[in-house]
Amino acid sequence: MDRVNDFAFKIATANGTGSASANGLLMQAIFRMGVPVTGKNVFPSNIQGLPTWYEIRVNKDGYTARTPHFDLMVALNAATYDKDVAEVGSGGWLLYDSSWPLDERLKRPDVTYLGVPLAEMCNATFKGVRERILMKNIAYVGALAALMKIDEDVIRALLKEKFGKKQALMESNQKAVDLGYQYAAKTFSCPLPIHLEPLDKTKDAILIDGNTSAALGCLYAGATVAAWYPITPSTSLMDAFRGFCMKYRQDPETKKNRYAILQAEDELAAVGMVIGAGWAGARAFTSTSGPGISLMSEFIGLAYYAEVPAVIFDVQRTGPSTGMPTRTQQGDLMTAAYASHGDTRHICLYPADPREAFELAAKAFDFAERFQTPVFVLSDLDIGMNDWMVPKLTWDDSYKPDRGKVLTAEQLEQVKTFYRYLDVDGDGIAYRTLPGTHPKGAFFARGSGHNKFGGYTEDAEEYTEVVDRIDRKIQRATKVLPAPIVRQVPGAKLGILTIGGCHAACNEALDLLAKEGIALDYMRVRSFPFGDDVAKFVESHDLTFVVEQNRDAQLRSLLQLETGLPIDKMESVRYYGGFPMSAHYVISGIKARLDKAA
Amino acid sequence: MSGFSRTKTIMTYIPKPAVVYPGLERNEIGLTRRDYEGSMTTLCAGCGHDSITAAIVQAFWELSIPPHRVAKLSGIGCSSKTPAYFLKQAHGFNGVHGRMPALVTGANAANSELTYIGVSGDGDSLSIGLGQLSHAIRRNVNLLYVLENNGVYGLTKGQFSASADRGSLSKKGEANTMESIDGCLLALTLGATFVARSFSGDKAQLVPIIKAGLAHSGFAFVDVISPCVTFNDHEGSTKSYAYTREHNVEIVHADFVPPAAAITTQYDPGSVRNVMMHDGSYVRLRKVAEDYDPSDRDRAYAHIRERQKDGEVVTGLLYLSEDSKDMHEQSETIPSSLVALPFEQLCPGNNELQRMQARFR
Repeated sequence: MDRVNDFAFKIATANGTGSASANGLLMQAIFRMGVPVTGKNVFPSNIQGLPTWYEIRVNKDGYTARTPHFDLMVALNAATYDKDVAEVGSGGWLLYDSSWPLDERLKRPDVTYLGVPLAEMCNATFKGVRERILMKNIAYVGALAALMKIDEDVIRALLKEKFGKKQALMESNQKAVDLGYQYAAKTFSCPLPIHLEPLDKTKDAILIDGNTSAALGCLYAGATVAAWYPITPSTSLMDAFRGFCMKYRQDPETKKNRYAILQAEDELAAVGMVIGAGWAGARAFTSTSGPGISLMSEFIGLAYYAEVPAVIFDVQRTGPSTGMPTRTQQGDLMTAAYASHGDTRHICLYPADPREAFELAAKAFDFAERFQTPVFVLSDLDIGMNDWMVPKLTWDDSYKPDRGKVLTAEQLEQVKTFYRYLDVDGDGIAYRTLPGTHPKGAFFARGSGHNKFGGYTEDAEEYTEVVDRIDRKIQRATKVLPAPIVRQVPGAKLGILTIGGCHAACNEALDLLAKEGIALDYMRVRSFPFGDDVAKFVESHDLTFVVEQNRDAQLRSLLQLETGLPIDKMESVRYYGGFPMSAHYVISGIKARLDKAA
Repeated sequence: MSGFSRTKTIMTYIPKPAVVYPGLERNEIGLTRRDYEGSMTTLCAGCGHDSITAAIVQAFWELSIPPHRVAKLSGIGCSSKTPAYFLKQAHGFNGVHGRMPALVTGANAANSELTYIGVSGDGDSLSIGLGQLSHAIRRNVNLLYVLENNGVYGLTKGQFSASADRGSLSKKGEANTMESIDGCLLALTLGATFVARSFSGDKAQLVPIIKAGLAHSGFAFVDVISPCVTFNDHEGSTKSYAYTREHNVEIVHADFVPPAAAITTQYDPGSVRNVMMHDGSYVRLRKVAEDYDPSDRDRAYAHIRERQKDGEVVTGLLYLSEDSKDMHEQSETIPSSLVALPFEQLCPGNNELQRMQARFR
């Protein structure tokens, strides 16, 4: 079988040894060779010492989902040798640091062992403990370059770009690459059957993580206020936003900031600040993860009921409670949809990759302002923190922010009396005013019972009138929310319905199943509440596999609750162990059911 | 905009009749006190909070602040209802319990051009909202924060609050066994730049303090002892009218001198300090207690503690920092509202997007 440009390998190191930059270098080099590549960082909730892995998948056909099958393991962490050796696919390779002998018990007859004396070579070449440790990582990049035929010139160019004027650093890095390369080239039969050949499939693409792209979406949508409390895996979203703001949001003359980023004391305050800013008229957002959403829920109910725009990024991680902070999951689907006590239903957007995270981030602000309500953008750790290969981002310069129904001072001048919650246009969306605009624009926003005039109420009819209008407003939003992505095969009686980051795995599974003669239609929902097309999709198939990443089949529950569809129309396929979804899990889940039926 | 017609009204709140009597005194921008009022109070007759509302109305009117350029925010509780009773032309936000500081911080971050007033109570500020209050103080958010302090949970009928003094008796006669949290000591500890205490029954003291707090650039913390006539005005309570009147000791009297007005009042030079505020106005601090220095945080703290030991509640402008830097100054935000920025100044455009993506290759 031809394994050129189609394989996966994994690098096992200890956290804090500098392996991240080595792994990034590998990814980038493969990408620059024009070969589609994805990387999954499997890291611990720790700064230094605990085991960490990096998985790189190379695929000429552009399949970017994680694969749990590894052809080669770079095993550099003795603490995880057992696990790492066991994970190599049969017939695969294991690269280890042969400065120390490998325990016989770790030898597998079906695996080829590639010993490279990384520590020995680096100790002989470099001075100082820190440099020796760092360069060991760069040295394995060199060894892999020889074994996998990664273009040396590309690596050289990348080092030059990275270190620029730091000549000494560049030289020692290059020396480390050469050490590994030369040792592997003269010791092993290079290249291995799993190796790279240049392609031209990445020229219109970028390698970007979804937190960075979402931050770009916020920048481009004109967000000016952001409030947050640090939490993995969402922290890099705010870090990126701050970085972009420092570059693009300074008054050119005074050097003063055209943005405010508030690091709050907790998530309760963070979302409160966003709601305060939204009420005052700014485009404002927070970024958090599941534990933050739990804390924010009371305030989210306020924003829903008082009808204040807010954008909330939930970069999901495994729950419940602290869960596994550095592992991914789609565990907040239910929580986000109905966050808060009382009757609420929130607009949720579900990006599948960093490019969509950029697009939906920007759209979230339009929806929040147009519908005067909190909007969730639910990505996850895999989308948010891993580097994905996606088509380049583009921005439509004709875009104008949709601020919704906001009355200006001139308009207020014409109004006899302004009432905040009156459904003037009959579309469920009332007019709002911003503080400071006009004496006639004042109203009292409150989370307590209010009537359509904005007055406090404890009257059954008045209360009901307002909450029913809000319900209509949110339901009507489905007409403009991002439609599902659909892929159809003529005559398919089965379907896959999925969400967010399962997209890549499902698409690969669809192709693989099609090759086996199993035809499935495909739908990926991108927003909540669901439009009519979602129920129709399920109704029009004998059976729909609902693929998602949580234990309790939350997407299927939402579908049941929201559409009234019978549960026997929807077979749940789930993986929720914390790794990104793989085609493997989708296929085995579908086959298990089909085999049972047969 | 003809759709804004009122078709049906069930009154569960009480607007005040909009009758303006000729001859009512007008301020510099031509408004009467009535223009600074809100809807009718729904608090108990004699509630200290209503006196504070009256002082707020008076202070805003005297300062000639356009009501619609004010944003008033509150949490939950009796105190937090009061923003409905003043400045009807100002946007109000009655948020969730103990979380007003977050709302006002966000609003202020978005639009620094408005005057912000936050009204809270002792439960709202010192129990459920203690964290948010603390951090708003640390950030030095530019607002007047009024803590209407009655030592009791009124709306839930008489439980002790965190400001209830140890030994103070509830209406049912039970003694509070825990130490109280003193808002002013807390604010001083956290680095508040303006700390004052007053009594709802002392309008002459309270109005100038509110005015000074509004002129202050930063977090102006004003603790106002405000007896609860229904649940905490009995013998044995340390937040009753009688107790407060008897034990209240004014140590620094604040006078407020608006911008550009000449300082003419005569005081003994040794006991007066003029502090220029951000907007060019002056606060005159007239020391009543000989040994008190309102610019010395540590001494202020010590003095309040000392007097407390003797059962005295010291009032007045207790501390004022002359080099207060508010949240925006600290983070070097533009001086104008972020809300007003045109979109073109916020979005870098597609060309820049294409250019910057080189770093993602």
